[in-house]
Amino acid sequence: MLLSAITFLPTVGALALLALDRGDEGRLRRVSLGVTATTFLVSCLLWIGFDRSQAGMQFVEQRAWVPAVGIAYHVGVDGISLLLILLTTFLTPLCLLAAETQITTRVKEFLIAMLLLETGMLGVFVALDLFLFFVFWEAMLIPMYLVIGVWGGPRRVYAAVKFILYTMAGSALMLVAILVLYYLNGRATGVYTFDYDVLVRLPIAPATQGWLFLAFALAFAIKVPMFPFHTWLPDAHVEAPTAGSVILAGVLLKMGTYGFLRFCLPLFPAAAVRFAPVIFLLALIGILYGAWVSTVQPDMKKLVAYSSVSHLGFVMLGLFALNPQGLVGGIIQMVNHGLSTGGLFLLVGMLYERRHSRLIADFGGLWALLPVFSAIFLFVVFSSVGLPGLNGFVGEFLILLGAFQASRIAAVCATAGIIFAAVYLLWMYQRVAFGEVRHGELRALPDLGARELLTLGPILILIVWIGVYPKPFTAVTEPTVAALIQTVRTKAGGGGLIALVAPRP
Amino acid sequence: MPPPLALDWMALAPVLIVTVTGFASLLLDATPAAPGGKGILAGVGVVGLGGAVLVSLVLWGRAATSFQGMLALDDFALFFNLVFGVATALVLLLSVGYLRRQGAELGEYYVLVLFAALGMMLMAGAADLLVIFLGLELMSLSLYVLAGFFRTRPRGNESSMKYFLLGAFAGGFFLYGIALLYGATGTTSLTRLGQALAAPGRGRDPLVHAGLGLLLVGFGFKASAVPFHQWVPDVYEGAPTSVAALIATGSKAAALAALLRVLVAMRAIEADWGTLLWALAVVTMTAGNLIALVQSKVKRLLAYSSVAHVGYMLVALAAGLAPGAPAVLFYLAVYSIASVGAFGVVLLLERGDGREEVSDVEEYAGLGARHPGLALLLTIFLLALLGMPPTAGFVGKLYLFSAAIGRGFIWLGVIAVLNSVVAAYYYLRLIVYMYMREPEGAPVEAACPPAAGLALAVCLWLTVQFGVWPGPVLVLAQRAVAPLLR
Repeated sequence: MLLSAITFLPTVGALALLALDRGDEGRLRRVSLGVTATTFLVSCLLWIGFDRSQAGMQFVEQRAWVPAVGIAYHVGVDGISLLLILLTTFLTPLCLLAAETQITTRVKEFLIAMLLLETGMLGVFVALDLFLFFVFWEAMLIPMYLVIGVWGGPRRVYAAVKFILYTMAGSALMLVAILVLYYLNGRATGVYTFDYDVLVRLPIAPATQGWLFLAFALAFAIKVPMFPFHTWLPDAHVEAPTAGSVILAGVLLKMGTYGFLRFCLPLFPAAAVRFAPVIFLLALIGILYGAWVSTVQPDMKKLVAYSSVSHLGFVMLGLFALNPQGLVGGIIQMVNHGLSTGGLFLLVGMLYERRHSRLIADFGGLWALLPVFSAIFLFVVFSSVGLPGLNGFVGEFLILLGAFQASRIAAVCATAGIIFAAVYLLWMYQRVAFGEVRHGELRALPDLGARELLTLGPILILIVWIGVYPKPFTAVTEPTVAALIQTVRTKAGGGGLIALVAPRP
Repeated sequence: MPPPLALDWMALAPVLIVTVTGFASLLLDATPAAPGGKGILAGVGVVGLGGAVLVSLVLWGRAATSFQGMLALDDFALFFNLVFGVATALVLLLSVGYLRRQGAELGEYYVLVLFAALGMMLMAGAADLLVIFLGLELMSLSLYVLAGFFRTRPRGNESSMKYFLLGAFAGGFFLYGIALLYGATGTTSLTRLGQALAAPGRGRDPLVHAGLGLLLVGFGFKASAVPFHQWVPDVYEGAPTSVAALIATGSKAAALAALLRVLVAMRAIEADWGTLLWALAVVTMTAGNLIALVQSKVKRLLAYSSVAHVGYMLVALAAGLAPGAPAVLFYLAVYSIASVGAFGVVLLLERGDGREEVSDVEEYAGLGARHPGLALLLTIFLLALLGMPPTAGFVGKLYLFSAAIGRGFIWLGVIAVLNSVVAAYYYLRLIVYMYMREPEGAPVEAACPPAAGLALAVCLWLTVQFGVWPGPVLVLAQRAVAPLLR
C-alpha cells in the first residue's frame, strides 16, 4: 500500500485543492506544500524499509485491473527506481516553495497541475506493467504542458507545443513496440499480459530486438534528451517557470534514462549490446556539443539548459558502459544532476526575480553585493562541475571508470567534456559574481531571504552528503545493478529466440 | 418455420419503446396546452430512450430474431441500443436550452431526433440488407430535416441541401450494391448471403465484389470515410450543433454497426475487403487529420477530426473481424460520449439571437479564465478524442491499434499512431487558445442550463470511468460480437 499511497497522495491533494476557494492563495499554497512535504516524508519510509541486500522488486503491489486483456496494477521499487522516487518527492515541495513569489496568477490551477505532475512522475518510476507505465508516461505530459504554456515566459506557447509534440511523437512508436511485445509474448507463452516481470523473461530474436529497442530508445532518447533529439529542451527549459524548469531538468529527463535502464537493457539486451557503440557516440557528441553550446550562451537559463544535454550525455555513457561502475555512476549522476541543475535553475530564477533579466551581461560583481547568494551559487556550480568532495565528482568519476573499461577513447573524450564544463560554468560564474559592479541597479538587490534559504538548504545538504559519503546511495543500487548486468549478459548470448512473425489470416 | 406473424414482442421491446415515444411526442406536440414549453418533449424523449436502454440491459444475453429473420435482436444490437440510447438522450438534454436560445424551438425537432435514433437501432439490428436500407433511410431523412432546422439561415439550408443530395446519391449506390449482391446470390438475407459466399468459388464472383464495393460507398458516406467525406464539414457547420453531435456519433455508429453486420456475412472473402479497408483506413485518417490541422472554425475542426476517427476504426477492421470488431464497438461507445461532450461545450458557447455561427478557434481565447468549468470539460473531452490517458480515448485507441498489430499489421499501426500525433497538434491548439492566449474583442457569453449541465456531467463521468475502469465495457463489447463471429 505504501507505494500507492506515495503515488496518489499528490492526486488526493489536487482534489482537495479543487474544493478550496481560489481567492485564499495562502491556504492553497500551505495545503499543497503540506501534501508534497508529507509525500516526501512518507517516501522516506521506502528508504528506511528498503532491503539493501536484495536485487529484486520490493514493496510490490499487484492487482488485476483489466483482466480481459491482461492489464494489471503492478507497482514496485528496486535499486534503480528508489533514488529517483526520492528525488521526485524531494524536489517537488522545493519547487512549490520557490514558486511562492514567482507564480502569482491562477495559483490554484498551477498547484493542481504540479500535484498531478508529481503523481505522473512517481507513477512512471513505480509502474511494473507496461500499460500502466505508458498511462503515467503520457498522462504526465498534460500538466507539464500547461505549466510551461500558461505560466512560462514570452515564447511559452511555442515551447509548450514543441515539448509535447516531440515527446508524443517519440512515445507513439514505443506504444507500437509495447503492443508488439505483448503479442510476441502472448503467442509464445499463451499468456497475454503487459506485466513487466513476465515480458522481461521473454527471449526475442536479435533482429526483432533491434526494431523494438529502437522504438523504445527513440521515446527515451527524446526525453533524455540525447543529441540530435535535444532541440525541444532549450525552449522548454528556458520558457518554463522556475518550478517547471527544476522539475523538467530534475526529474523529467531522468524518466528517459530510467526508461533505458528499466526497459531497453533488460528487455532487449542483445540489441542494447549491439547499439551500445551508437549510444556511446551520441552520448559523446551530446557531452561535447552541449558544453560548447553552453559556453557561448548569453542567457544563464539557456546555459544551464544546454549543460543538461552535456550532463545527461555522461549519464548515458555510464549506463551503456554496461558494467557495474558505469551503471552505478549513471544512476548516482541522475540524482546529482537533479540536485545541481535543479539548484542552478532555482538560483537563476531567484536572480531573475530580483533583476528581471537572465543575461550574464546584466550582472557582474555580485560577490560583493549578494554574498550569501554568491556563495551558494558558487557551491552549486562546483557541484555541477564535479569538484571532488561534492556530489558531481562521485558520479562522474564512476562513469569515467566504467566508460574507460568499455572504450578508452570514449573515456578520454568524455574527460574533455568535464574540462569544458568547468569552462562554461566557471566562466559564467566569473562574469556574474566577480569583477566590478557595472550596473548601478544591482546595488539595490536584496540578498536571499529565509524562504529562499529554506528552498536551497536541503539541496546543499544532499550535495555535500553524496559528495563526502556516497556509500548509502551507491549501496542501494548495487545489488540491482549487478542483477541487471547478469540479465543482460546471459540473455544477450542466449539461443532459442522468438522471431517477429507476421501471420496473416 | 414460425407462423408469419408470430412476433417476439419482448425482443422487439427496445425498438418499440422508441417508436411509441416518437409517436407520443408527435401527439403531445400537437396538443395545444403542453405545459412548460417544448422542454417537456425532451423529457419524454429522454425517458423513452432511458427505457430502451434499461430494457436492452435486461434483455442482454437473449438471442432472437423477428419478422421472419429480418431483424436480429442479439447482443450486438443491444450493445448498439445502449450507445444510441445514451448518445441520443444526451443530445436531447443538450438541445433544450440551445434551441430556445437560437430561437428555433419547435416540437418536430424532438420527434425527428427520436425517429433518427429508431433508424439507427434498426440498422444495428438488421439481419437483412433491405432492413439496413430501411433503417438508413429512416435515420437519414430525419437527419436531413434536422440539419436544416435553422431554416432561416443560409448555412442551415446549404447544410440540409448538401446532406440530402449527396446522401440520396450515396443511398442510390447502396441500393444498387444490394441489387448486385442479390443478383449474385439470390438473397438479401445476411445469413443466407454468408452461406452462399462460403460455397467454393462463389467469393470470386465479380458481381459480389462490385456489390460489396457499392455498399462500401454507401457506408463510407454515412460513416464519413475519405473520399466520401466532402459533405461533413459543411453539414456540421450549418446544422444545429446538437444535430452535428448526433450525426457525428449516432449516425456514424449506426453505419459502422451495419457495416460490421455486412462484413460478418462476407467473412468468406475477408482477405479481399481487408486490403480495401486497409487503404481506406490510411487515406481516411491521414486526410482527416491533415485537413483538420488548418481549420479555423471549431465545428469544422471537429468535423474533420470525426473523419479521422473513422479512419482509426477502419484500422482495426482492416486487421480482420475477430480482433477488430470488439475494438470498434468499444471505441464507438467511448468516442460517442467524448464527441457529444465536446460538441456540447461548443454548443453552449455559441451566440444566440439567430446570428450566424460563431466558434472561430480564436474566440476561445481566454476561455480558461472566463469559464473555467466549461474550458476544463472541453479540455478533457478533447484529450479523450486525442487519446490521452487516463481518459477513455486512450484505452479505445490502444484497443483499436492493438487489433491491427496483433494480426501483424505493424505498419498500419505505425501509421495510425503517427496520425494520432498529428491530431495532437490541432486538439492542443484549442487548448492553447483556451488557456494560453488572452481574449480579443467581446467575450463569449455562456450559460449552462441544468439539462445541459447534466448531460455534460454524464459525459465527463463516462469518459473518466471508461478510461480508468474500462473492464466492464470491454467485456460487454467482446460478448456483443462473440455470437456473430462463431
